[in-house]
Order: sequence, then structure tokens, then C-alpha cells
Amino acid sequence: MAGVTLRDVVKRYGTVEAVRGISLDIPDKQFVALVGPSGCGKSTMLRMIAGLEEITEGEICLGGEVINDVAPKDRDIAMVFQNYALYPHMSVFENMSFGLRMRRIPASEIRKRVEDAAAILDITELLGRRPRQLSGGQRQRAAMGRAIVRNPQVFLFDEPLSNLDAKLRVQMRTEIKRLHQKIRTTTIYVTHDQVEAMTLADCVVVMNGGLIEQFGPPQDLYHAPRTRFVAGFIGSPAMNFLDCRLEQRATGLSLSLAGGLCFAVPVSRSERYRPWVGKPILFGLRPEHITDVRDHAREDRAEFTVTMDVVESSGMETMVYFMIGEAEVCGRVETSRAVEPGQSMQLQANLGHMHLIDPATNLVI
Amino acid sequence: MSPSGKRSASFARLKLRSRGWLGSLLLAALAFGFVVPILWMLTTSFQAGDRMYELSTVWIPSAWHFENYSNALSRSPFSQYFLNSGIVAIAVMVSNVVFCTIAGYGLAKFRFPGDRYVLLVILATLMLPLEVTLVPTFLVIHGFGWLNTYQGLAGPFLIDAFGVFLMRQSMLSIPADYIEAARMDGAGELRILLQIIVPQCLPALAVLAVFSFRDNWDQFLWPLTVVSQDEFRTFPLGLVRFAEDYGSPPTEQLAIAVLATIPTVLLFVVLQRAVNRGFGLSGLK
Repeated sequence: MAGVTLRDVVKRYGTVEAVRGISLDIPDKQFVALVGPSGCGKSTMLRMIAGLEEITEGEICLGGEVINDVAPKDRDIAMVFQNYALYPHMSVFENMSFGLRMRRIPASEIRKRVEDAAAILDITELLGRRPRQLSGGQRQRAAMGRAIVRNPQVFLFDEPLSNLDAKLRVQMRTEIKRLHQKIRTTTIYVTHDQVEAMTLADCVVVMNGGLIEQFGPPQDLYHAPRTRFVAGFIGSPAMNFLDCRLEQRATGLSLSLAGGLCFAVPVSRSERYRPWVGKPILFGLRPEHITDVRDHAREDRAEFTVTMDVVESSGMETMVYFMIGEAEVCGRVETSRAVEPGQSMQLQANLGHMHLIDPATNLVI
Repeated sequence: MSPSGKRSASFARLKLRSRGWLGSLLLAALAFGFVVPILWMLTTSFQAGDRMYELSTVWIPSAWHFENYSNALSRSPFSQYFLNSGIVAIAVMVSNVVFCTIAGYGLAKFRFPGDRYVLLVILATLMLPLEVTLVPTFLVIHGFGWLNTYQGLAGPFLIDAFGVFLMRQSMLSIPADYIEAARMDGAGELRILLQIIVPQCLPALAVLAVFSFRDNWDQFLWPLTVVSQDEFRTFPLGLVRFAEDYGSPPTEQLAIAVLATIPTVLLFVVLQRAVNRGFGLSGLK
């Protein structure tokens, strides 16, 4: 097992720069998720690590060794493809053992490794079947089996759950997590699903436009995003963004929003935000921090009344949608307290969790 | 369901069924049109020579003249002609299967400067019938000193533009992920072609094998151009010579024709399952 390091890695296709100078250090045994919208360069980066794409500039190191010019087969990296890429004319056993046969490992050792991997993945009884005779989840397991029998230094997963239905996706997500806990191999996992990234990974890399926006533990990304993109991309439903102006009043700093709303900035944050007084700014707050009124006493709570546009109940909780100025805002309220669409309701904003973003740089202040 | 709803549903079923019947009827008529000449050839090959020109076709001979076959074979060295045709057809078939697979793989799965133009040039050769290229090809073969040789008979057909195109199209549908997975598994390019790609192209390969064998087994114009010695004559040339030299009863010619049909039919039967799947792939019929 080994860590992976990327130094100023660039990938160009003609004049198009898909990856724009990425540096990243993935420690040994970590589970790292690359997440971002389509076309952000995450799959290109994975393919460069695998050796399936040439690197235009920069260096990729595996266990401290530069592997830019090392052929994919010699990198000791195994990959699980989006469509599994199980050879259709071979049985699951043959699929899993193909890579070992290529490396001229003795037949008895091959059998042992395949059987061990099959036992871990609970596919022992499927070893004689062809891929077309397997369900989506079984194919997924067979593809993972093909990767783990090689006992590689690094696992790469390229959106492996995107072809599964929602229920199976959740189940396989848990299995991948369990597998990593069991074999502790460095894993790089590409997905466009931020829930998948947040639940699986020790560290999440958020990419956008060929660059890394932020890299860190999932909770850091969620609670302390550094850019507007990360703040908006991580979390579902997405963070609410509202244009506002920071003003100095007799009582302290306050945020002046559209529709005459005015929120007092908590004292603990006043010093941080003071340089932006009088400037237009972007106010961000997650839906779970806009709730029904629960706690009057706290100084970081602001109450306001709005008219509901849409009310969506999912049983455990209810999402409410309303307008503040031109912007649609989402809040999360207790189902028993939700009102009907068109009715007004008093809500509470938990300003202890607000984010202010400088619109000029899109950086969180 | 209301009575009118039931009526319209059963009417729709009836319509669907009658459309199915109509299709089957048309197919049966078409199959009949294809099979009749073959049946006629088969039964006539057992007829007495003088019954051949009777206006009414006798489908079941009153007497079976098996000697038509032995007579025809004894009059002319047809075993040599069949052997020659077989050598040429098998050489061309094997060569096409090998080279068209390699070329198709290159064109389907690798990008190189001018790859599209290479494909266009290959496809352009499909537009030229043999009659157009006959003289220049003859001059090339003559220049090589290959007249009256097996290599002269087979040479111009060893790699076929249609075969390259067929294999390329078949391989295009194979996702690149298989190739990349095999590369990561440690397979080299030749092993990827042989163990990953070819097993997935067997239908197209079967079609290519049958087509190239059939086209060269009964090739007439090219052998006529490059062969003048009897020892290299293929069976279509032998058949013409047989008719010219002996003015023999056409029943005996048909006996040779029946024998000539057997190898192609056998090859088709052996590869039938794969070929049927391959016709769908190639858009051919």
C-alpha cells in the first residue's frame, strides 16, 4: 500500500485544459473522494493516476516514486470502472483471475486469492457465472473482486454506483465502506454525487473547472466551506444564497437583505466581517439552519415571517420554500409545525451557521 | 373493461396477428423463391440427360441417375479444380480473418493522424468493381511473376476493404473500458486483441469468414485472367471448360454445381448461429 502525490498536474486536450495544475497529497490507507460537476476534470485525474491518460505537465508519484512514464500494468493500481468492464465472455472466476494470470501467478495461488476475495464480497456461489447472468449489484461486487484479488497499492473507483438504482446504491455504498475498513488500501473514488463522497470518504476533494476548490474531511467541507462553489455544491438541499449589504448600526453590525429583512450579526463574528461594512456581500445559510421558532433566547437567532410557496413533507421532516426578494429560499421545519402553501409562518435563522461570501472573489469571509 | 373496449382490444390483437401472418407469408414466398432454383439444381442433377429440356419440370426423377456425378468427375480433373478452389478460398478466408481483424482493431480503437482518411481510402476501394481494377491488378501480378500460381489467384483478395469495415464497425461497439481494464490487468495489445476483443466479435468474424470463402470459392473472372494452365484452374473455370469440351449433358454440369455448393453450405451450417447474429451487426442480409 502507498500514498499518491500529484504535483502541478496539467492535462490539455489541444487547447482545452481539463486539469489545470493540481497538487494533492493522498496519504497511505486513506479513502479520498473526488467530487464535482460533470466536466470538472475528476475522471481525467483518476485516469491519469491509472496511466490511461498521459500527463501534459507535472508529476504523479506512487509511494514516493514518479510514475508518469510507467505503463498502467506496472503501476500496481487496480480500477473499478463505471460500467464494471467485466469481460462478457468470461466467468466471474476468469474475470477475477485474468490480471493474476497475466502476472503469471501459480494456479493454486490464483484460486486461493479469488476464493478469498469472493468470500469477502459474498460472491462465492457466483464464480461460475457469466456477467450477463448477474444482477447490477452482483456485477458491482465481481468488479470489486477483480480489483482486490490483485492486492494493489491503490484502488481507483470511477463512479461505480452510478448504474445502480437508489436502494442498491445505498447498500453498495455501505459495502464499499466496509471493504475499505477491512483491507485498508489507499482508495481514490470519483463521483458526482456529493452524498456518496461525504458518506464514504475520509477526505473529500471538491473540483471545479479543472481545479481543486477545497480538500478536507467531509465535516470541514460542510461546516467551513472556503468558496461559494463548495458552499453551494456540498449539502442537499443546497445552501441558500441571498444578496445583502453589511451595515454598521447603533446596536452593532447587521445584514440588510431584500424584502426589508435585517439580521443582526452575532457579536462573535463582528470583527471578522467589519472590513466589509458598506459593501455588497452574499449571505449563505443552509436549509437546516432556517427552522420553525425553537429557541428565542439565543442572540444568534433571528426571527422573520414569510409566506410559503411550496411545502414538501418527507415524513420525518418538512422542507418549506418561500421567496425573499427575487431569491427562492429553502428551510427545514418540524412536520407538525408546517403550514399550508400560501399561509404565513414565522421562521428562525440560526446565524451562528451563516456564511458571508465576497462576491468579487467568491471566497467565504 | 366495457364491451366496446373489449371489442377494440380483440380487434387490435387480431390486427397484430394478421400482420404477423402477412409477414410470415411474405417471408415464405421469398424463401420459396430462393430455394426453388437450388431444389431444381439438385433434382435435375439426378435426371436422365435427355429429360433436361422437357417443358414440364419433373421435380422427382422417375429414375435416379447417380452416375451423372461419377461421369462428370471422371471426364475432367474436377478433384484438382476443387482442390485449387479450396486452397485459394481457404487462404483468402484465413488471411481476411487475420488481417481485417487487425486493421479493424487499429481503425476502431486507436487514434492516429489521418486515421479518418485511411478509412475513407479503404472504403473508396469498395466503390471500384473488379472489372475496373482488373487490368492494373493483372499487370501487378504479372510483374511479380505470379501468373499461374496460387499466390496470383489469391493475392489481390488477401485483405478486403469490406472485411476491414465490417470488423471496424463490430469493434466500435465494444466499450473502450474493456481494453483499459485489460491494460490495467497487465495484458499486452496482442493479448487484448486475441483474448478480449476477438471473442466479442465472433459473429462479425463468422460473417467475414463465410463471405470471403463464398466469394473466392466461386470466383470466375480473376482466375480466368491469371490462369492458363490446367493445374491451377479453379472449378468455375473447369466447369466452363467441361461444357465446352464435352458438350456434356447439363445434368452432369448440375451435378458438379451441386458438389460445388456443398463446402459453402457446410461452412454456413458450422457457423450458422454466429452468422445469424452477425448479419444483424453488419446490417447485411
